[in-house]
Amino acid sequence: MNNILLSINITLMYSAPLILAALGGIISERSGVVNIGLEGMMTIGALVGAVIAYYTQNPWLGFICAGLAGCALAFLHAIASIKFKADQTISGLAMNFIGPGLSLFICKALFGGTNTSPTVTNKIPKILSWMQNPNKNIWTSNLNVDSTILIALLLTFAMWYFLYKTKLGLRVISVGENPKAAATLGINVHKVRYFCVLASGFLAGIGGASCSLAIISVFSPTVISGKGFIALAAVIFGKWTPQGALGACLLFGFAQSLVVLLGGNESIIPSQFLSMLPYILTIIVLVLFVGKSVGPKASGEPF
Amino acid sequence: MSIKISSLLKKSTTAIFISILLGFLVGGIILALSGFNPIQSYGELFKGVFSKPRYIVQTIIIATPVILTGISVAFAFKTGLFNIGAEGQFMMGAIAASFIGYKIDLPPIIHPIACLLGAMIFAGLYAVFVGWLKAKFGIHEVITSIMLNWIALYFNNYYVTLPSLKKPNSEGVYEVLDSARINILYNVKANQENILAFRDKIAELKGNVPIVNGVEKPTLFMKLLDTVQDIVFRTDINYGIFIAVAVAIIVGFILNKTTLGYSLKGVGINKYAAEAAGINVKKQIIMSMLISGAIAGLAGGIYITGMSPNRIITLSLHENYGFNGLSVALIANNNPIACIFSGLLFGALKYGGNAMQSQLGVPTEIINIVIGTIIFFIGMRLIFTIIADKLEKGENSNE
Repeated sequence: MNNILLSINITLMYSAPLILAALGGIISERSGVVNIGLEGMMTIGALVGAVIAYYTQNPWLGFICAGLAGCALAFLHAIASIKFKADQTISGLAMNFIGPGLSLFICKALFGGTNTSPTVTNKIPKILSWMQNPNKNIWTSNLNVDSTILIALLLTFAMWYFLYKTKLGLRVISVGENPKAAATLGINVHKVRYFCVLASGFLAGIGGASCSLAIISVFSPTVISGKGFIALAAVIFGKWTPQGALGACLLFGFAQSLVVLLGGNESIIPSQFLSMLPYILTIIVLVLFVGKSVGPKASGEPF
Repeated sequence: MSIKISSLLKKSTTAIFISILLGFLVGGIILALSGFNPIQSYGELFKGVFSKPRYIVQTIIIATPVILTGISVAFAFKTGLFNIGAEGQFMMGAIAASFIGYKIDLPPIIHPIACLLGAMIFAGLYAVFVGWLKAKFGIHEVITSIMLNWIALYFNNYYVTLPSLKKPNSEGVYEVLDSARINILYNVKANQENILAFRDKIAELKGNVPIVNGVEKPTLFMKLLDTVQDIVFRTDINYGIFIAVAVAIIVGFILNKTTLGYSLKGVGINKYAAEAAGINVKKQIIMSMLISGAIAGLAGGIYITGMSPNRIITLSLHENYGFNGLSVALIANNNPIACIFSGLLFGALKYGGNAMQSQLGVPTEIINIVIGTIIFFIGMRLIFTIIADKLEKGENSNE
């Protein structure tokens, strides 16, 4: 029983940043702009979140600023890929250089040459932090996860509702499928795309901050280390739908929890092979259940 | 006049050069904003690359693996595949070269060839898996490549724990044997005896330094000998760059002059048209990944047989040789020959960036910002066409 609860706890912990960034990937790609710059946007979010929270002692302010920092980087990507019709893969790749480069540069400039920020004392609270002593029984102690997971789940639902149940959301989808047809119907394709790419940056930014403000409480060069790319994979895995990406991220988080649970000193499987598990499992699930995924038709095409 | 400028602006080579300048400009602004003197900083970068022949050689050595991963990515791009997995293929190549270089005893010349071929085959097959999954199940190569990069990282870390390979009290395996190395004049530094013999030989060739007015005035020949000695003993000078140049030429030839290249590019440009023309698209996808992976693996093999520490170590993060290949390919506009130059630029920025940090305390991350900005402007190359059009319009209205 304890193991099951622990597994849920770890799954949710690992998934939260991935879900947030993957939602960012979805909104951008559904509008027809490929965003492989999620990694860079998460990194700048992780840095700005930690720095603001460190100076102001307010993790939520850090969280929001992280989103805005992601937005700022996404704005560059948006100008390049919407206004100047840049190759979106190239522009996104540039974000993956500029984001981490700028983050570490700022970190070293602010904190005397070290590439790790000081520890943030006020982390983002856990969901049961209002209780007297949540660690007293195994139920509450294991289900006492970071609030960021709650935010991620709510935003997944919100994104689903937005995309499929609102006028604007359907417009986003139409712009991603056939921008010319959408434009004939009077939809401002550029405006929709700007909105979606900026939203994408915000989501990736708070995804980054949920690493540096909730899972751990510092910014370091390894805090993101490929999570943006995993989120990118989750977008494709989930066939560009919020619910699909949520499933992909939870699967990935679950595999991570297996790594922790099956590990330990008495484990017969070498730890390195256990660490491969999430990645191998992803490929197996893709082969067995998901198969071919086709993105939005106009994804990657400038308009 | 401005017609000339505008037609120049529309050329992709011009756009790339302007992008490089803009990259430095943006980097300079960021340096100035954070309190560093940009001119002085770039001066140190330049000196760190060009002030000594040894530094130039070191830059070329550092550039060699990324030139190759750049060619690997560029080749895949041309055939319609986004090989973000060059990183993992590089590691697999390095592992294969390390194993053959240490475990198998072969005579010199044959030994390094075996290492490099082993690296190419192992990495090529690793990449084929991606191509096969795409061809057979339609799974996007980007997802599988990202997953395989991590699997390669953990495999690397497992490999270094193997009892017969791990070097005691270290984080890695044993170095490759001397016979497996591709260093130029490696035998003269292989042991203490040879080092002394080589130094004696140099001293003998040099003879006595003439003294003019009480000051030592070495001749040009003497300075040259000192430089040779400096380069041989203090760098990992190796044959890798020649291999890289040869690969660039061969890949350029395959893409532009052979039937194989024609059908691979056909699949890249329009796979439906290629299929209608009777090209086996699935086979070409697998073939393309095999070649692309083999080139990335070759980069890993050269890294192990030619560059210190000549062995695999435990990694907590990717070393980015493959990811950097993506940017090398983009700066080169996916032209394999141009990858040589963009790889050298990349190597120079990375190596010179270290000099900037050690001399002035400028964080090396500025280099990533510069590279990112260059790529950003290359992506936005349309901006130059727009400026060119404006110039043309201005010219016309004046008439």
